Formats: sequence, C-alpha cells, structure tokens
Amino acid sequence: MQLYLPIAEVSVNAFLILGLGGIVGFLSGMFGVGGGFLITPLLFFIGVPPAVAVATGANQVVASSISGVLAQLRRKGVDFTMGTVLLVGGVIGSAIGVWIFAWMTRRGQVDLFVQLSYVIFLGLIGAMMFQESLRSLLQSRKSGGAPIRRAHVHSWVHGLPFKMKFRASGLYISVIPPLLIGASVGVLSAIMGVGGGFILVPAMIYLLGMPTKVVIGTSLFQIIFVTAFTTVMHAVTSQTVDMLLALLLILGGVVGAQIGTRVGVRLKAEQLRILLSLLVLTVSLRIAIDLLVMPSELYSVAGVLP
Amino acid sequence: MIRAVALYLLLALPAAAQEVIVAGLSQNRVSITADFDGSEILIYGAVKREAPPPEGGPIEVIITVEGPSTPVAVRRKGRVAGIWVNTASVRIDSAPSFYAVASTGPLRHILSDTENLRHGITIDRVIRAIGISAEADRSGEFVEALMRVRTGEGRYRVLEGKVELTEDTLFRTDIVLPSNLTEGEYKVRLFLLRAKQVIASQERVIGVRKEGLERFLFNLAQERPLIYGLLSLVLAAVAGWGASTAFRLMRA
Repeated sequence: MQLYLPIAEVSVNAFLILGLGGIVGFLSGMFGVGGGFLITPLLFFIGVPPAVAVATGANQVVASSISGVLAQLRRKGVDFTMGTVLLVGGVIGSAIGVWIFAWMTRRGQVDLFVQLSYVIFLGLIGAMMFQESLRSLLQSRKSGGAPIRRAHVHSWVHGLPFKMKFRASGLYISVIPPLLIGASVGVLSAIMGVGGGFILVPAMIYLLGMPTKVVIGTSLFQIIFVTAFTTVMHAVTSQTVDMLLALLLILGGVVGAQIGTRVGVRLKAEQLRILLSLLVLTVSLRIAIDLLVMPSELYSVAGVLP
Repeated sequence: MIRAVALYLLLALPAAAQEVIVAGLSQNRVSITADFDGSEILIYGAVKREAPPPEGGPIEVIITVEGPSTPVAVRRKGRVAGIWVNTASVRIDSAPSFYAVASTGPLRHILSDTENLRHGITIDRVIRAIGISAEADRSGEFVEALMRVRTGEGRYRVLEGKVELTEDTLFRTDIVLPSNLTEGEYKVRLFLLRAKQVIASQERVIGVRKEGLERFLFNLAQERPLIYGLLSLVLAAVAGWGASTAFRLMRA
C-alpha cells in the first residue's frame, strides 16, 4: 500500500515503514537503546530526505522509549533519581552540542563531521563492549556460572563531594560523574541526532557501576526527554517532522519494543551486551565503508534556500 | 488610424493563414492525497489550419511539462586523506523540480539550436546556472551531474518519439508525473515546428496541490510549528502507552 508523506514529499510503501519501525523497536526494547542510530540511515536509504529522516527518527524514538520504559517500570528497572540527574546533565550538554553543530554548519562540513562522529564513537564503544562482554562470557563458561562481582569498586570517583543515594541502583556516589556523563551524551546526541542510549548504557555499566537490571530502563527514561526536546526543536526550526511517517514508524516500533523487552529479559546480560556491541560495530563499519570506498556518484544535489 | 489598421491586417494575415495549436489536458489539477502514487496526464490537441499545409518539411510537435523551480546546491566529493568528502560545491540559481520533454522525433533533428535557446526547450536550457564558473573548476560537470542525478530519480525525462501525430493534425502524449511530486504550478508548453523552426506555441498550467490530511498536516507544520511538534509528541506518547497497555492486557 503506497502512502504519500506530506512533509517528506515522497510516496512510500506503508508496510515497509511499519516493518522498519518494528525491527528498530524490537532492538530498542531489547537493548535499551533508542534506535536513532539505526532508523536515520535506514530512512535515508529508502529515499526520505536526510533532514526529515533525522527529525522524524527522533519522534519515533520518543514513542518506542515510552513503550519500553513502561515495560521496564513494571519490573522496577528504572532509577528515577539517576535518570533525573543524567537528564539535567543531558540538557546542558545538548545546548553545547547544538552550538557546536551550528559552528560546524557554518564551516560547511557538517555531514562529514556527523559521519566521522558515528564511525569513531560507535566503533570505539562497540569494540570496548565486545571485548569486555566476550571476556566475561568466556569466564562464565569456564567457571560454569556467573563470576562473583563486587557490587562496586571503590576508586577516586567515590571521594568526590555532593554524594547522593541512588536506591534503585544500590549506589551512594557523587552526582558529578552522572552529570558529566549526561552532559557528554547530550553533546553527542545533539551532534549525531540520536538519543544516545548506545553511549549511555555502557557508561552506566562501566563508569557508574550500575546493575544491568536498571541500566536499560534508566537509559530509556533519559532518552524520552532528550528526543522529545529534539523533535520539537526540529519541528519549530526547520518543519522537518513528518507526522504520517512518524505514525507508521511508531505503530511498528511500539509493538516491536514490547516484544524486544520480553526477549531481552530472557537473555543473559553478557549475551545481550555482545549482541548490542555487534550491532553497534556493524553500523559503524557500514558508515566507515561509505567514507572509504569511492562512491558510484561523486555528485550530490541538495535544495538550498533562495 | 486606418493606415495602422491596414498595416496590422497586412502583418496579421500571414500569421492567421499559418497553423495554430488547439490543446487540451485530461486534467488541469492534480490532488496529492494520502494514497497518491503518481499520476498520468494526457496532453492532446490538434493543428488548426485556415489553408492547406505549407511546404517546408513535415510538421513536428514538442511538449514540455515543467515543475516549480528552486535553487539547488550541487556538491562534488573528492578524496582527502583516504576518505571521500565534499570538496567542491556549486550553487545553481534555478532548476525545475520536474521536467519532461516529449516530441514526435529526435530533438536534434526537429529543433534548431537557436530555437532551443530562444524558447528554452531542452533541460539544459531550462536550468539557470549563471556565474557558476567562478565557484569551481570544471563547473559544467556540475550541471551535467544535476541532470544525471535527477534523470536517475525520474524527475527529468526525455521522451523522444512519444508524441503521436496523426495525419499531421491530431497529436497526443501521456506524461507520467512521479510519486515524489512537489506542490506548485506545472507549466505545460506545446510547440509546433516545421523545418526546425517553432511556428506556433501554446501554454497551459496544471495545479498540483496537497489535499485532505496531507494539506492539513503540511499547513499545520508550516503555520503552527510548535503545536505541530507538541502534537507529534502527544501522538508518540499515546502510541507508546497504548501499545504497552495492549500488550499487558493480552498477557493478562
């Protein structure tokens, strides 16, 4: 069934979009990532203009994150205190990111900058997660069970002031590290047009030492607000949010997110992390190839303001 | 006064004796609704003559359909430190969003260069790219690239031999408007040629407009962007909550 999109001004197959939303929603629910880093390149691939793809992708992520958070909420997988602290940092970081983005646009190389950010950050985080989760998976195989890990390792992080109790995470740490993490994710999400879950999830696990059980829900909680902010910003500044496209993606996405969350619960934390790292590495590699291989068409056409 | 009228008649007489176009369109408006998947326009007409057809070779017909024009940026990638990046950019003042040219025969056989230049018939004569040579070297390649890319997208079409001409009088052609259509006025031009010279022309307009839901959403996004943005969020929240609840009820 063909459907004409009023803002994107292209006609697309409605079932293709529903399926696309479903796949991304599934991954989103399973891993606690927003899926922005997947949906945007996929939409671009089926002929949606890049600006519309970025803005509408953000809108879709809002819905799948809400659906995911509600599922996580019932299994007490959201640390609201931590989420709020991360969000405060995120808003500050996003403002800085928007400023950097505007500066890069003036320099005329924003596309390259975005692509390089994708390759570097996705590649780095994917490789780190893959290595770590592979090691712990092998360890748990050898010892015949999950390794006994200390709840939290004491380091200089714990000597910082402004300590707060994060009950759901079982942590009593300073608010400075989560604020900084939230801010750096905010910067990256504004530049790359994503929610930032793929950075937030490993940062919460490895830097803050939060239990995997609450990481996904808390990440989704923060992503809702970051992407909601992004959606409204895009709608107001460039009118590039396509509501009809978003609706289709959302319908597919919310269903996918529900299934994904349930599948995610059944998998072991190590397996989950190894799968996420492979996904992140694939996307990073795909963009890297685009940059390295000579394109079949060297020229591109873009509309400009009169 | 009488002399002026006489002069006018003298000048007008040969013109009246020549051939004129009488043209029609199967539709003069195209509505883009939610299920819009391209549209086919039938352009037809006849050559009206007061006298028997003059000498000077067979009659030929060229029909063009031109969508609204916008300025575009054409960028060229180059290899810098091993990666492909945009290294050169050219701004083209005006390029139509859609352009189709249909004719009774190969354009270079039926149309002279001067007539093409005067009337702006082929795509390269319609694209306005003044002063681009200062922006990049080999700037002509950017215009060629624009035509190549848009031809690949189905936006620019050359349909040589697709105008059917019956008994040197009746003609018709079908122009397919693609599904990625932009709103605006689409200009239809019809040219009558003899011995590579344009002897008559005619213009029509097709109005392409979004309708219904498409119209409503587009207007809302343009005129009330904040409300539109917030509405998108409400939609997302309702759908997210709805799916979550539906799944819980299904499992309960």
